[in-house]
Amino acid sequence: TALPCNSYECSLSKCIKNNSIALSAVSASLRDICVSCALHRKNLAAAGPEKFTVEFIQKQAEEFNIGKRHLANMMGEDPESFTQEDIDRSIAYLFPSGLFDKKARPLMKHPEEIFPKQRAIQWGADRRPFHFLFYTGKQMYYSVMHCQKMSHQKHTSPFQYSLRMLTRVSISSLGTSRWFTKEELEALLVETISTHDYNHFIQLMERLLSLPYCATEVEFVLRYRRQLEAPSAKRIVPLLQRDEWGVAFSTSDGCRKTSNCSVVLRECGSGCITINGQNYLHYFPTLQDREQLMFPFQFTGMLGRFDLECTVSGGGRSSQAGALRLATSRALLSFLSEREAENMRQAGLLTPDPRVRERKKPGQEGARRKFTWNKR
Amino acid sequence: MALQRLTFRLRQTVTHVRSLHTSGCTQQQEAVAVESQPEPFSVFRTQENDPGCQTEKHIGQHYTLPSAHINTLFPHGLPWRFKQRVKTFNEACMMVRQPALEVISYLKKTDFSKPALRYLFYGPKGTGKTMSLCHTVHFCYTQGWLVLHVPDAHLWVKNCKELLPSSYNSSRFDQPLQAAEWLRNFRITSEQFLSKIKTKQRYVWTKRESTEEGSPLGQLVDQGISRVKCSSDVVGAVMKELRLQSGQPESNFHLAVAVDGVNALWGRSTIMKQDKSAMDPGELTLVYNLRKLMQNDWIGGAIITALSQTGSLYTPKSVYLPQELLGERGFDYMDPFIPASVSNYSEKEFESCCLYYMDRHWLQHPQSQTEEGKKEIIFLSNRNPRMLERICAFL
Repeated sequence: TALPCNSYECSLSKCIKNNSIALSAVSASLRDICVSCALHRKNLAAAGPEKFTVEFIQKQAEEFNIGKRHLANMMGEDPESFTQEDIDRSIAYLFPSGLFDKKARPLMKHPEEIFPKQRAIQWGADRRPFHFLFYTGKQMYYSVMHCQKMSHQKHTSPFQYSLRMLTRVSISSLGTSRWFTKEELEALLVETISTHDYNHFIQLMERLLSLPYCATEVEFVLRYRRQLEAPSAKRIVPLLQRDEWGVAFSTSDGCRKTSNCSVVLRECGSGCITINGQNYLHYFPTLQDREQLMFPFQFTGMLGRFDLECTVSGGGRSSQAGALRLATSRALLSFLSEREAENMRQAGLLTPDPRVRERKKPGQEGARRKFTWNKR
Repeated sequence: MALQRLTFRLRQTVTHVRSLHTSGCTQQQEAVAVESQPEPFSVFRTQENDPGCQTEKHIGQHYTLPSAHINTLFPHGLPWRFKQRVKTFNEACMMVRQPALEVISYLKKTDFSKPALRYLFYGPKGTGKTMSLCHTVHFCYTQGWLVLHVPDAHLWVKNCKELLPSSYNSSRFDQPLQAAEWLRNFRITSEQFLSKIKTKQRYVWTKRESTEEGSPLGQLVDQGISRVKCSSDVVGAVMKELRLQSGQPESNFHLAVAVDGVNALWGRSTIMKQDKSAMDPGELTLVYNLRKLMQNDWIGGAIITALSQTGSLYTPKSVYLPQELLGERGFDYMDPFIPASVSNYSEKEFESCCLYYMDRHWLQHPQSQTEEGKKEIIFLSNRNPRMLERICAFL
């Protein structure tokens, strides 16, 4: 059963409320009571989020499509096969912005993605509600629970017993996925849900899964689960090449903060390391940096086997060491087995460090440090 | 019958052989018993404590410097960290390395009638140039040479607390404190020669003080130590005397001039004159006299020097070649010289060093004694002696 589609219109209840306010204001003036201007001022917070009508959204969608075709013509591309990525690319080209916050930059997307989803008018012209669970107050939530309850009862009914024999339990078809969080569920149902309701929902889903013949309901359940991507599936192993003397080598890059580096790892068996043409003992006089460089080799137990030739630029000595460490771990992947690579990933050698310098904010002395507080 | 006789004869020879064999065996056993008792065999240590008798097969092995030699010969010559190590281990063990052995072999073949040859140890930072210099100085001492050892020429061109205009030559400047200290150490080093060598010239220090011709060198040195104001000139006088007298048939000593950080003599100095202008090292008496000693115009000895970037002024960290460190002037002055390149430890030397540390129970960390730990240490230090020593210091 599909959810009733939400159309965007002002709720009638809101209009009634506004009228009541107007009536009370009129009656107050009639009574000749000294009323302050505050009462006449519109209470903006109480109105709630702005409501968009269906016609408004449809008009926006038409304008968006026309604009998309114009943009395609401007960029000299085919309007028929102009995808959202092309739109993003073109906008970034036509309106280059130096703002750091990606959300503050100019964007052009379908109105469905820009305007927040809102609940439609739930009743018709005869003021009878469409959904049979309207008077519960949380119609979407209860409709979902009802679907479950129905399937639950379907399972325990003895008449479908023979059919159910054919379908066995397959929890594994769920794959690596997790239940929706409360926020995600609210976004899906376009309805506020309390914590108690959410827990009840999860309980019911788990109960459904524990039943013997839940394989048929897998698609229903999957609607409320989010897939977790296994990070190991996305690993890019650098190519293992051979140079003219038959020595195996691999190249990779790494970065940390503002440093960038590229590393060529050769399987010579000498353990000689050159950074920007200098010996690594000379480039990194500090022990800590050399320990960082040593970590990938020490972890995999391949200390004396490799020869490193690196170029690094930008940042300070510590960030350069971190960048080199990342690059060497990536380059080592092509010499390692799957299990060792997984070990490296869990050790954190393959994760680029996301920490960057936080910007200074106005009104503060630094990123976090505030000005000295003076009592007077 | 013939067969029986043959066998009998064979039996006799066999018994002869057997008896010979057994007697030989017993002899060998006795010899082995005698030898094995005093000397336990170890890979990293050698019992050959005389630098003159050390050969290539001792490379990588540590030999012990007798403490008596250290007190007389090296009152100021050894590097600071080495002195700490000597104090901790209660013995002074130095590794025999190839550059020092090379220079020692040349020194053994010096022709004392020809002008003095100049030897220069050079190499990247921390590879053991000063230690090689000390090794050769020890050799010269055991051979009975008179050693004129300047532990670090950089100390004479920086951090000068007292600077006096020279009384001898008004354009030059004196450094009484440094000169007096050097004279004190020189006195300790050359105890035996001080009474034997006589001055060939009369030196007048002030209106009332002078050193007559023919007086022993010890008197001159004492004069410099007691009268600190003229100590720099005394140093110059001592150097001049030694230079003139070495190699002469009547004086029976050979002079070995050992200078560490020789690039200071031709570099820049941080000492400033009264009017805040930079001082050229040549304007300092000590440096001026030492430079004269560096010339190869005297006979009967050798000049052994080592470069040093560590204490040098206004030189970038990455330079270590003679041309770069000495500069044009220095290189022209020192040219021609015999260079000896000192580099990081080889694998054998590194192993030997690790074994020595383990023998002295210096490496306490359990993993440092395993193979994996050794590989880590190799990586972190790149077999550089100084780095190795610093890393092992906290293991």
